Amino acid sequence: MTDAAHPITGITGSDAAQARLKRRHRAEFRLRAYGIAALLFAGLSLVVLLSSVVLNASTALRETYVTLPVEITAEVVDPDGLHDPDLIRRADFNRLTRNALRSRFPIATGRTERRALNELLSVGASFELAEQVAADTSLVGQVVPVRMLAADTLDLYIKGAFGGLEKKSTDGTLSAEIDGDSAVLTSTADDFAALLTQARRSLRAEAAALRHQANLQNNGVEEFARRAEAAEDEAARNRALKQVEARTVKRDGLLAEADAALVRADSTRGSEPLGEDNASALIRAGGGWFKVTEVGRDTVSADVLVAPDGPIADWSLLINEQSEADRKLSDTQIVWIEELRTAGQLETVFNTRFFTASDSREPELAGIWGAVVGSFWTMLVTFALAFPIGVLSAIYLEEFAPKNRLTALIEVNINNLAAVPSIIFGLLGLAVFLGVFGVPRSAPLAGGIVLALMTLPTIIIAARASIRAVPPSIRDAALGVGASKVQASFHHVLPLAMPGILTGTILGMAQALGETAPLIMIGMVAFIVDTPTGITDSATVLPVQVFRWSDFPEQAFEARTAAAICVLLAFLVVMNGLAVFLRKRFERRW
Amino acid sequence: MDDLAMMERTVANTAVETDTKSPKISARDVQVYYGDNHAIKDVNVDIQDHTVTAFIGPSGCGKSTFLRCINRMNDTIDVARMEGTILIDGHDIYARDVDPVQLRARVGMVFQKPNPFPKSIYDNVAYGPRIHGLARNKAELDEIVEKSLRRGAIWDEVKDRLHAPGTGLSGGQQQRLCIARAVATEPEILLMDEPCSALDPIATELIENLISELRRNFAVIIVTHSMQQAARVSQKTAYFHLGNLVEYDDTDKIFTNPQDPRTENYITGRIG
Repeated sequence: MTDAAHPITGITGSDAAQARLKRRHRAEFRLRAYGIAALLFAGLSLVVLLSSVVLNASTALRETYVTLPVEITAEVVDPDGLHDPDLIRRADFNRLTRNALRSRFPIATGRTERRALNELLSVGASFELAEQVAADTSLVGQVVPVRMLAADTLDLYIKGAFGGLEKKSTDGTLSAEIDGDSAVLTSTADDFAALLTQARRSLRAEAAALRHQANLQNNGVEEFARRAEAAEDEAARNRALKQVEARTVKRDGLLAEADAALVRADSTRGSEPLGEDNASALIRAGGGWFKVTEVGRDTVSADVLVAPDGPIADWSLLINEQSEADRKLSDTQIVWIEELRTAGQLETVFNTRFFTASDSREPELAGIWGAVVGSFWTMLVTFALAFPIGVLSAIYLEEFAPKNRLTALIEVNINNLAAVPSIIFGLLGLAVFLGVFGVPRSAPLAGGIVLALMTLPTIIIAARASIRAVPPSIRDAALGVGASKVQASFHHVLPLAMPGILTGTILGMAQALGETAPLIMIGMVAFIVDTPTGITDSATVLPVQVFRWSDFPEQAFEARTAAAICVLLAFLVVMNGLAVFLRKRFERRW
Repeated sequence: MDDLAMMERTVANTAVETDTKSPKISARDVQVYYGDNHAIKDVNVDIQDHTVTAFIGPSGCGKSTFLRCINRMNDTIDVARMEGTILIDGHDIYARDVDPVQLRARVGMVFQKPNPFPKSIYDNVAYGPRIHGLARNKAELDEIVEKSLRRGAIWDEVKDRLHAPGTGLSGGQQQRLCIARAVATEPEILLMDEPCSALDPIATELIENLISELRRNFAVIIVTHSMQQAARVSQKTAYFHLGNLVEYDDTDKIFTNPQDPRTENYITGRIG
């Protein structure tokens, strides 16, 4: 009242207090900044991780089909004319699909070439054809267009793997001298100069390697010369001299080769063979395909892959930067695929097979359904065991158990159990359930029991926490109107604790769904083609499927692994979402 | 020394009462221990039917503890131990063959904080009759619920929303709902543990009027911190101090002419 300035200085304080205040504000600002930075980093990492997985997985969602006219030869399929679907199903449809390919590409005559041609189709193609014919026996003896599943390599090529062909600009007009399987192609311009330079670039590396070899030989020469000088008798001296002579010849030979390679590398004239380690060059001319084997500035020697049927002058040079040795698809196969593509005989569709098929060694046939069903049965067993046992244990411990040393010990051990590495549970399952009780190996029953053990502590801890969170006034109210302790627990406490219990249970189940280690111990890593129909069938589960596929050498499994991870993540997101929903929906206020 | 003298007088007082009417509840030499803590010491008291009896005293004097002995709610506390006898209508409620759950149906209880079940108003009241099998069918149950809600003086306020959650009511309504719930099992005795301490004055007045009404059908025992409330609603008052029942007499007498100096100090506001 008397001095208005006084309270203001009282609020702002002295200079020292001001400085302290500023320091505190800065410290608080820094802490907030660190927090936000950490969150941003975590969020960014998550986005990067998820997008890389999803991007990887997206290629697995499409599959490629080859449509070819197939002659369903009666002699092969139904030699006795019985029209019995069961017999037809067992016929050699492989031969039919192969014949179809062979008549599409008659140029493939050699054994290796035919095998390369057959590799374009999945082994599943003939089974599917068999099913198709068995279902409609009137097809026997006819030529019908059949949509056949392509092999994983073809599929991958269509999706952009194995380099892909890049068209180079050309200036000249091409002329060809074709002699059976080989040809010499000449352009009026230096259209192959770039290719020649590229081929020669590797010569330098070759020369350096040769020089290194020569150097090693030279070391030998020097060593044996020293030995010859130090030799004590004639025979030893002669032996050493002989070595010196032989190694000198070898060394000089290597040096000469290296020099020759260097000369060739520097020259701009002449021609170079285009080996397997170089980029592949294909020439498409007049409807035919040539594979370049030797390259000069304006002329190349080439193998004829598909004979031309039009004017050679209409041509293009196609380069695949990935060398043939580095990919699983040969140049010839690429040409066939390109031919099929131009003829409109390739078709890429949504891969429903991935969601409906079970595991397979062939990536194009492999699907996730078996693992999903296996996971379902396993989770069912886990839930059926862990939920009632967990909730009843929690109720007993919270509401009925006397508080003494024994219950304290049990409590400590339940908490410890939650921290036990999951593979230990797998060992326990192997020793006790499989070993002593004879539960079938690899079955969801065994897996479910083991995962139930693993999930129990989570459920008990969550259930106890939410039972404890029910206010004691509710118990008093129930006891006050003459309810027994059991009635109070089951009529009032348990329903009120249920949302919390369910949340904990779902989170525990989600953890179990993603668990691999204990299942490895009880044999759930086996290769199982059949979709399990019960809890005692052999089965695999989603995370194990991911683990197995990531281990397969086929490149096509990469995308499928990523897709399987996406499916697993989707399940986990749904389960966690359900937990959040339950918590929000049934949240009670007192 | 003083304590002992007081005790004799109290016993003498109760003896006078028993002459006129046989007591509903009679406690003899009741001791309660919480672990090593001797919470109730030698309490002897006779409580009349159709009477409101108030237990007053400073915090921690044992009045709530003694109240909870009458329906054996102390049994639910592990460390609590009780000695002595409490008779209701001459039957020892701590006898071996008495089931505490059955006892609590006969001795209803209303707690300090309104604690309706997080269920509908109807289910709150119907729960007790249901678990005790008091109704043979839905119609009977409806009847019990309505009667109980009327006795709880809340029927008119909730009759249109019986299936709304009980937790949605105001504090005073919740407490009356709890009273209705307590009377639904047809008890003979109603224990009230500071039923108005969480309520505003208007809600308190409603409850106090209700308590006077309830006296017609039940023996009501109310624990209260408020001496004015005890004076307003009760016919008999017991003053507890440090675990002892110091004085027990007609309410008028306790408030106008207390025999014990400790009672006098408390009601005049010198302690407590």
